[in-house]
Amino acid sequence: MSAVLPTQADRGGPAQPLLRVTDLSKHFAVRNGLFGRVQQRVHAVDGVSFSVAKGETLGVVGESGCGKSTTARLIARLLKADAGEMVFDGDAVGAYGGLALKDYRRSLQMVFQDSFASLNPRLTAIDTIAYGPQVHGLSKAAARQRAAALLARVGLAPEQFGSRYPHELSGGQRQRVNIARALAFEPRLLILDEAVAALDKSVQAQVLNLLQELKAERELTYLFISHDLQVVHYLADRVMVMYLGRVVEIGPVAELYAQPRHPYTRALLAAVPSMDPARRTDQSPLSGDPPNPINPPSGCRFRDRCPHAQAVCAEQVPVLRETVAGHWAACHLDDPRSGHAEAPVLLS
Amino acid sequence: MTAPLLSVRGLGVQFVGERTVAALSDVSFDVEAGEVLGLLGESGSGKSVTLRTLLRLHSPRRTRISGQILLDGQDVLGERELQHCRGGAVSMIFQEPGMAFDPVYTIGDQIAQAVRAHEDVSRETARARALQMLDRVQIPQAKRRLDAYSHELSGGMRQRAMIALALACKPRLLLADEPTTALDATVQIQILLLLRELQRETGMSVIFVTHDIGAAVEVADRIAVMYAGRIVEENRVGEIVASPRHPYSAGLVASTVSAAQRGQVLPTIGGSPPDLSALPAGCAFAPRCVRAGAQCGQQPPLVRAGTKALACWHPVSPGSMR
Repeated sequence: MSAVLPTQADRGGPAQPLLRVTDLSKHFAVRNGLFGRVQQRVHAVDGVSFSVAKGETLGVVGESGCGKSTTARLIARLLKADAGEMVFDGDAVGAYGGLALKDYRRSLQMVFQDSFASLNPRLTAIDTIAYGPQVHGLSKAAARQRAAALLARVGLAPEQFGSRYPHELSGGQRQRVNIARALAFEPRLLILDEAVAALDKSVQAQVLNLLQELKAERELTYLFISHDLQVVHYLADRVMVMYLGRVVEIGPVAELYAQPRHPYTRALLAAVPSMDPARRTDQSPLSGDPPNPINPPSGCRFRDRCPHAQAVCAEQVPVLRETVAGHWAACHLDDPRSGHAEAPVLLS
Repeated sequence: MTAPLLSVRGLGVQFVGERTVAALSDVSFDVEAGEVLGLLGESGSGKSVTLRTLLRLHSPRRTRISGQILLDGQDVLGERELQHCRGGAVSMIFQEPGMAFDPVYTIGDQIAQAVRAHEDVSRETARARALQMLDRVQIPQAKRRLDAYSHELSGGMRQRAMIALALACKPRLLLADEPTTALDATVQIQILLLLRELQRETGMSVIFVTHDIGAAVEVADRIAVMYAGRIVEENRVGEIVASPRHPYSAGLVASTVSAAQRGQVLPTIGGSPPDLSALPAGCAFAPRCVRAGAQCGQQPPLVRAGTKALACWHPVSPGSMR
């Protein structure tokens, strides 16, 4: 490792979460009407809190518009949050006396869904990967050498692919270049925002295998955002389910898939095709589309699609409660004190 | 045995330009009346080209088509009155419902227009039919949506409206080109169930193109797997999933991610799909195939036996999966 770009060392030990996010919020203003006044706000992310332990893969699932990509962009600081704070390995991000943004950005990298749009069309694969480290002060020769090694590591021979431009690569190869570029900073956290969604199934499996290998080899921590529940089930250690800008459930993967507590999680899981023609789905778990995040329903945001909704769901916002160790859900059904008729009775 | 509704024989499509791309080569298949055929394949396998060629949606200047397409015994490729066929006997739904609708006309107008183009009915009757169709595809408040523009509808609603438009003239064959790919999972299953229900009610035939085995299993009776512009295997849906014979189909089925594989390395098909402008001689899958031998330098013929068809010199033996 070159002295110019030192890796950020582990500071808090394994027990301290790598990233802790508290009450993250982002509202986008919708301007219309006379003189472009702000008339409405899109509640893209609303009070999201979670933490990512060192070396784990946190899967984030939800439908389009649920705020999962906005959350990723807020964490990567591609967008500035309206409220909330982030603590990276014990250091507050961007705060006085905390971790400087420049250092934070180096310890965290992102891979996007659209492999073509996220690469500069005028840079070759080698130049793309070497660009960032060079900007951060590595010599050109050292940066290119590192780029070649990374390219080889993600399965693209540098002699053959190094001088190719993005349009000369296939979708799977481009995504490998994107992964190599993200690794060039020796990051500790990698945010994968639908990184395998646009790939063909046979290529997707190759990239998933590569991600697994890299994680073990470099002690990486993944924030894996996806709408594909099967891929998340395969890859993630813990899963966070989002709906209309809020976290509705978070828990260990096996537990959450076996015993989903929130009705929305149950519906999402039931919507996965069965792969068995003898056991076809005969009833749709949910009706309608996700509602508009401009005017989310009061109380529980899922209530207008929820089969169990009652008056209490419109009045009170359910909070995340821990039901089984490590498994949190935000539903009145789960809370004996909520006043929901179907909630379990409290045993005193 | 009655003649199939659609019968495609030796269909080849080439796009000419700076490079010549062989998008389809010698594709033959039948679709019986009331049957749902799934065309499964990755990007560039020729599944969408097949559908578009059935309605001749490609630019005639740059497309060379060979072979025969018989709809009810009539040659569609040679037919002068293609306009009758489009939207009438055969209609199509697309992946991007937002692109399929004209943004400056209301949904109701567009459905009514399609009805009037094929049937000699009054404006009022056509509009009544449009309303009835929107009801049929379970669009809530159908009366109000009749006067909505496509951008005012959500993705799932738009896809329903497109299905209403496609079915307004009671087609006998519906071509569905990845209709659920752009939708969320909870909406996707609703649309798949709707398509299945409408198919059962009307008895129409459907060709359902998808890259998602899961979606194909939910709707199709039979599946044809395509690779590099050819059908490599065809079989009933249950058998394709349980015991695929072509190494490519076997690889596709095996690379479907499931929870049972947690912590294990996923089985993959090495390499990537071939360049259609420079196809290798012989079997196009051979460079990626672990079972490839000397014989694979020759194109394997698609051998039919009953409902099955297979084009492979060294097929996976039945029952060896799992």
